[in-house]
Amino acid sequence: MTNRRTEMLRIEYAYWLIAAFLLYTGLRNLREQRGWHAAFWLVLGTLFAAGDYILAQQAAGNTLPAECAGVGVIVLALLAPRLRRSPHVEKGNAAERLQSAIRLGHRLFVPALLIPLVTLLVALLGAHLFIAGHAVFAPKQMTLVGLALACVVALFAASGVARIPAHEGVSEGRRLLDAIGWAALLPLLLAALGEVFTQSGVGTAIAALTSSFLPTGSALACLLAFALGMVLFTVIMGNAFAAFPVMMAGIGLPLLIQQHGAHPAILGSMGMLCGYCGTLLTPMAADFNLVPAALLELRNPYGVIRAQVWSAVSILVVTIVLMWLFVFR
Amino acid sequence: MNYWPLLGVAVIVIGFALRFNPVPVVVSAALTSGLLAGIHVPALLALLGKSFVSSRMLLIFILTLPAIGLLEHAGLRDHAQRWMARLQGMTLARLLIGYLLLRQLLAMLGLTGIAGPAQTVRPLLAPMGEAAAEKILPTLTDDDRDELRAVAAATDNVGRFFGEDVFVAVGGVLLIQAFYTQHGIELTPLSIALWALPTAIAAFVIQSVRVWLYQRRLQQRAAHTHDESAH
Repeated sequence: MTNRRTEMLRIEYAYWLIAAFLLYTGLRNLREQRGWHAAFWLVLGTLFAAGDYILAQQAAGNTLPAECAGVGVIVLALLAPRLRRSPHVEKGNAAERLQSAIRLGHRLFVPALLIPLVTLLVALLGAHLFIAGHAVFAPKQMTLVGLALACVVALFAASGVARIPAHEGVSEGRRLLDAIGWAALLPLLLAALGEVFTQSGVGTAIAALTSSFLPTGSALACLLAFALGMVLFTVIMGNAFAAFPVMMAGIGLPLLIQQHGAHPAILGSMGMLCGYCGTLLTPMAADFNLVPAALLELRNPYGVIRAQVWSAVSILVVTIVLMWLFVFR
Repeated sequence: MNYWPLLGVAVIVIGFALRFNPVPVVVSAALTSGLLAGIHVPALLALLGKSFVSSRMLLIFILTLPAIGLLEHAGLRDHAQRWMARLQGMTLARLLIGYLLLRQLLAMLGLTGIAGPAQTVRPLLAPMGEAAAEKILPTLTDDDRDELRAVAAATDNVGRFFGEDVFVAVGGVLLIQAFYTQHGIELTPLSIALWALPTAIAAFVIQSVRVWLYQRRLQQRAAHTHDESAH
């Protein structure tokens, strides 16, 4: 057995890097006398820095740190409405930026493309990389470790290309993070909400409600209920993975497969894709819908969802028709 | 069956409908459902804290911000725009559809993390799209720019979602397989992944047509303003 400590780059280091960046953002806000912002980022940074300890203690049976983290989450929720979403103002004037753009030209693309490229290399080759018998990358979440490494590499490459010190980049990045604000937090909160919903039995309650209204003799009615249930449940939970086991256990397996003889592989695959259509429609899938809107500085936080509605509905209709054609062969 | 935890869902729906700040809405919903399910307060706090901390990977995109902030300060977006404006034959639709195809193919190989809103859309695709749109309609309003960026982000999402399930080792496929195994049905990941292909093709066609229609709307508006200025 290999000791998990022998890997040189682990996902925990990425978390420490994120924690450091969050704490830095908090301290900069503190210096600028923006108290609520400072408190928000400092609490979040502390949660990230303490994350490993919290999970280790929880696994060892001590729930107190996790309870404190729960209180921290509630504090973040109270602070979030006090954050003003200030639009990101570019430092320096536009003429200087344009001059720099003309001077540097295509060289500016190199560090930007390094982010996907280094991530790709680590994802493809990372498993085969050893130094003195130690694996360089932990096999778990290799892509994410690669992404974190790529960001560091890209920062130094950018600093070299533009002849701007790297700490200027961190300071610019912090301004972008302040522009994103509380939207950055939503994906984590929604993941936590999904966990609480599952533990509270929300899923089983919905499945029980649906199947009590359903005309189970009709294969088409069952199929529609399954497909639309996947969409609706994904819209509520923000995640098709949470919806799938519930809808499968409630309708898919007992009614469609066992009673009406549906093909399991087709039902599973296309059912999941119906859920993905729901993901395109819901603010609950914050990391795909609300965070990009904040990142692109759209004035309407639901702008990305609005741009997706007709794609999602069309893809859903096609998928349901395909299911109806193939699933009962 | 205890139906009371469903009130947590109601909290979400009402909170989003009334456009409250989503952060406290989501936390209130979690507390509502948990308490109504009879989970004790310390256990509920621990559950909330533990699941929050366990999904820290979702914030990893912020590590791209320093590099992108520095490059934008050095003129990355300005250069991307100027370059797009010079490129002959590169229309808005070709740019977005080309990106969609690339994103979908990469996702089919399991490479979802290498592109995304922070990695590629904000620094590259959005400014290039704006420049390509300006070639059609030089007088873009702020609303037009917002819509264009939203279309770019939407294209990124569609490409990712409807590519990744064609890859056999991705979370979605493995989840489907695991569910069936638990219930005594053995399936290979490949048989599941193959059935994601028809929808993947449909998604590509549908999003491409929508992008093309969007471009045509811009062209029609440009022709319209041109007509008016000619009179």
